[in-house]
Amino acid sequence: MANVFSNKARALPQAPSPLTQTAFQRILLISALVVVILVLAILLSLIISSFPSLKAFGLNFFFSTTWDPVSSRFGAVVFLAGTLLTSFLALLICLPFSLAISIFIGEYFRERILSSLLKQVTELLAGIPSVIYGFWGLFVLVPIVRNLEMKLGVLPYGVGILSASVVLSVMIVPYAASIGREVIALVPSDLKEAGYSLGATRQEVVTKIILPYARSGILAGILLALGRALGETMAVTMVIGNSNIIPRGIFSPGNTMASVIANEFTEATGALYLSSLIEIGLLLFIVEVIINLIGRYVIKRVTVEV
Amino acid sequence: MRALFAILLTLSLFFFASLSWAREVELVGAGATFPYPLYSKMFYSYWRATGIRVNYQPIGSGGGIRQLVNLTVDFGGSDAFMSDEALGKAPARILHIPTCLGAVVLSYNLQGNPGLKLTAEIVADIFLGKIKRWDDRRISEINPDISLPDSDIVVIHRSDGSGTTFVFTDYLAKVNSEWDEKVGRGKAVSWPVGLGAKGNPGVTGLIKHLPGALGYTELGYALLNGLPVALLSNKYGRYIEPSPVSISQAASVNLPGDTRISITNADAPLAYPMSSFTWLLLYGEQAYKKRPFERAAELVKLLWWVTHEAQKYTEPLHYGPLPEQAVMRGEMIIKSVTYDGKRILQ
Repeated sequence: MANVFSNKARALPQAPSPLTQTAFQRILLISALVVVILVLAILLSLIISSFPSLKAFGLNFFFSTTWDPVSSRFGAVVFLAGTLLTSFLALLICLPFSLAISIFIGEYFRERILSSLLKQVTELLAGIPSVIYGFWGLFVLVPIVRNLEMKLGVLPYGVGILSASVVLSVMIVPYAASIGREVIALVPSDLKEAGYSLGATRQEVVTKIILPYARSGILAGILLALGRALGETMAVTMVIGNSNIIPRGIFSPGNTMASVIANEFTEATGALYLSSLIEIGLLLFIVEVIINLIGRYVIKRVTVEV
Repeated sequence: MRALFAILLTLSLFFFASLSWAREVELVGAGATFPYPLYSKMFYSYWRATGIRVNYQPIGSGGGIRQLVNLTVDFGGSDAFMSDEALGKAPARILHIPTCLGAVVLSYNLQGNPGLKLTAEIVADIFLGKIKRWDDRRISEINPDISLPDSDIVVIHRSDGSGTTFVFTDYLAKVNSEWDEKVGRGKAVSWPVGLGAKGNPGVTGLIKHLPGALGYTELGYALLNGLPVALLSNKYGRYIEPSPVSISQAASVNLPGDTRISITNADAPLAYPMSSFTWLLLYGEQAYKKRPFERAAELVKLLWWVTHEAQKYTEPLHYGPLPEQAVMRGEMIIKSVTYDGKRILQ
């Protein structure tokens, strides 16, 4: 019996019938819609669950620096500041490295062992669990930062905005670099050859042709990296110091939105407390959307039409 | 044909296997992380002795209470007793069974690990940010034998909501009116100064790596990490070292019938002042959500065992055993548990 079946299956590689075609299309459509519906559902449930807090504090929630579970007064500015500061600082630190890696692998040494090794290692970075980054930050980076702080004469906490940003920057390098590499490798060779034929040096080709051509793609990679940095929780919470104050400098401890949610959600007793934490989640969602929209606009502006 | 037969065989195997599992009761609990090392030891021993599995998830006291109120677990665990208001909101009467005593201790990172003495006022002022340096006159006055460094005190507190924080802030609120007004007591508070770290391991880790750090943690974690522990003055002005004996002394006060009492700054001469009960919570009437009688009976048996035979596991793990009075109160409460209006234990 089994033999008959397998023979039949091997016999004719048929073209798919119109019926299976439409079924295939439907499956694609449904899968795509599920994702959209999921995002909208998350937004909706965030809004509904944060309603008590929205009602109690209104817009004041976005301007108040108080976060006092005992007297049930909540404001998100401290965490918003911490999230934005660490993420953009991380981006700033990661930018030269990820750009260098993209250019090196995407243009200079495309086929060599060194570049494939570099590629593998960068991609490996993306696969390391964030708690490992957190421990690395705590045991390796924090003592280094503390030594630096002692030399500079500031309070030697070690943990703080700077440590969190450096850990974040290492975590987001692979995201920025891998997309950068792809788009740099995609720059048409006739453009590059035209540059060379006009007597341009390699460096000139990179800075005057490749980078302008690929900049929208590079920006897209950076945007993806920024999204990752904004939402990172575990690694940040381990090295940022978790002080609910607006950071006064890069050595100051602080706290981020994702970190406070992860820290306080399990023991949040009281409806208003829980709802305020969820409102922070909503705020994080909104920040991500805004940054994505800005990014999209910027990418559109800088895209080079050939 | 053969394939079909194989599928049927596997299915039937699964069916019978699940039948035999169903006969075995697995009790499910969730809650406090503070007594988790003790509970996991206890429940493992209980499984070895009786074959009854107890699945306890250390998700935090708040989460444990939430799950009990939502009827998803057989019992909850909490370091802070439920308030009258919270009990009123629960779907049915919830009972508190004390299981052991724990201590919150002050650990620090000073060169040479000197034995430090602290008083309630000094601790409150350090955590309020009023005492900023180790060589402050008030600290050196009561510690004449040790040379304190002329460096800043790095205050470490918990960043996550926790029962440990509740015990610590409850103590400070009792002994210091300024703390009571400005900060108050809670599982998470608005800290005037300091760095936050997640969990007892996070706090001990930070203290270990930050010279000049001072933080509060659970006794077991401090000892496990080889951190020095400060002696703390109690209500009678004596400097008490936290130990299972001095912790249990704190519970030698008169206990209310439902055992819901805060025993920080206890009125006992040899008591360590930052001690606390930890409780397991269950419903007084067990016939809810169509639970079988068997399950309720196993739960009651387990609680009896935890408050009696299992007390021998407390001291090796640096928890305080229940004093006699607490055991008796626990017995009364366990005996009052009913199933369909009838007492389970006679």
